[in-house]
Amino acid sequence: MPNLGIEVLFKGSNMLRLLGGLWVSLRISLIAVGFSILLGIPLGILMTVNSKIIKAFTRLYLEVVRVMPQMVLLFIVFFGTTRIFGWNLNAEIASVIVFSFWGTAEMADLVRGAFISIPKHQYESARALGMNSPAIFTVVILPQTVRRLLPLSINLVTRMIKTTSLVMMIGVVEVLKVGQQIIEANRTSSPNAAFGVYGTVFLLYFIGCWPISMLSKYLEKRWSNA
Amino acid sequence: MPVIELKNVTKIFDEKKSNIHALSDITLSVEEGEIFGVIGLSGAGKSTLVRCMNLLEKPTSGEVLVDGKNLIALSNKDLRLMRREIGMIFQHFNLLMQRNVRDNVCFPMEIAGMKRREAREKAMEYLEIVGLREKADAYPVQLSGGQKQRVAIARTLASNPRIILCDEATSALDPQTTGTILSLLKRINKDYGITVVVITHEMRVVEEICDRVAVLDQGTLAEIGPVKEVFHNPRSNAAKNLLLERRINQMGANAADGI
Repeated sequence: MPNLGIEVLFKGSNMLRLLGGLWVSLRISLIAVGFSILLGIPLGILMTVNSKIIKAFTRLYLEVVRVMPQMVLLFIVFFGTTRIFGWNLNAEIASVIVFSFWGTAEMADLVRGAFISIPKHQYESARALGMNSPAIFTVVILPQTVRRLLPLSINLVTRMIKTTSLVMMIGVVEVLKVGQQIIEANRTSSPNAAFGVYGTVFLLYFIGCWPISMLSKYLEKRWSNA
Repeated sequence: MPVIELKNVTKIFDEKKSNIHALSDITLSVEEGEIFGVIGLSGAGKSTLVRCMNLLEKPTSGEVLVDGKNLIALSNKDLRLMRREIGMIFQHFNLLMQRNVRDNVCFPMEIAGMKRREAREKAMEYLEIVGLREKADAYPVQLSGGQKQRVAIARTLASNPRIILCDEATSALDPQTTGTILSLLKRINKDYGITVVVITHEMRVVEEICDRVAVLDQGTLAEIGPVKEVFHNPRSNAAKNLLLERRINQMGANAADGI
């Protein structure tokens, strides 16, 4: 059996360092997710408003985020702002900004979709029951929207966690970068470390994302027939 | 005494290219305790007409009087209170999917500020009326179309209405289920004296339960009168066409029976 290069993980505090890297990835994505939810929900509601100006702006924002690779956004925010405005942004903060910028757009679009998918007659029957607009929104529309929204937004969270692997390109030492460092440091003693270390990184991502995916599946199933 | 009066009601929808006259100068009244039918082909303006009766659609001009009160002049709050006296059921039932049957029926009572326990007890009474007591804990998705509509009727009864508006309430149902819903509506009308307004494109519905009928044709009132009169002696072309269609369908059915 070939040497899988796993032994490197047990040298020194390598495993702990990897876990520390995983924590950096999760921290960036979770903070960004928090911002995305906070900003995305009001923006999504705003997007359902029938105004050409708002539509044009939000449309532009959404398209920019969709078209532009996250890596380019990272470079613009991290390197670009330094040159133009002379800001000395911490790489992790730059990452949070970019991921929030991206997440807010996606979240807003999900919120918008969830709201407009509520059939018009739900509003109608609520009004026919003599409810006022705030009550219709909170009691009738919102619960149905959240049900449609939650599985989709959980999916967005896992996508954001995965995409944090890009932040090493602006110097954030997250799980993948730690893995690389370990491999480099042990190049001569364990030439096969790449397999073991990257394999472990894969497992760590899996451990981070899989429970979230399962939660989304569970909610989808539970709510589809209730 | 008329319980609903429409006076010169006109509704124009502003569309990008042209204005659509959904209703043109409709004047009619619905008497207390009767079952009033509104029939017409799709696009005739039936749904708009019934939505004007509880102001889900605001007429472009004209007056809507319920119990002698002009709905258009009411404040938002008074209008909402008024709407609770005007129940409405829909083609697609419009139940809350995340609530079970009992909680759906409780819903209007909760909005009106009734205590939860009392509402739940009352809900069971209304479910008894529509014959669905045993389904109280089921969710809408577990019910058939006819059962869902019965829950919707129970929910409407829960706001203790004087009028029930039915917007194509049986159009999504098979003929047999349509029959049970119609007899339920008739029973509610008889037992509780609730005025019922039925919007439909099916002659059969009008024939089975209505006392009087209005025939709509492209947003205008083509004919109005007791069902027997309109059916035996139709004067408008719209009514004649609807009856002709009905006769052809019956002939087809009879011919099929003959084979």
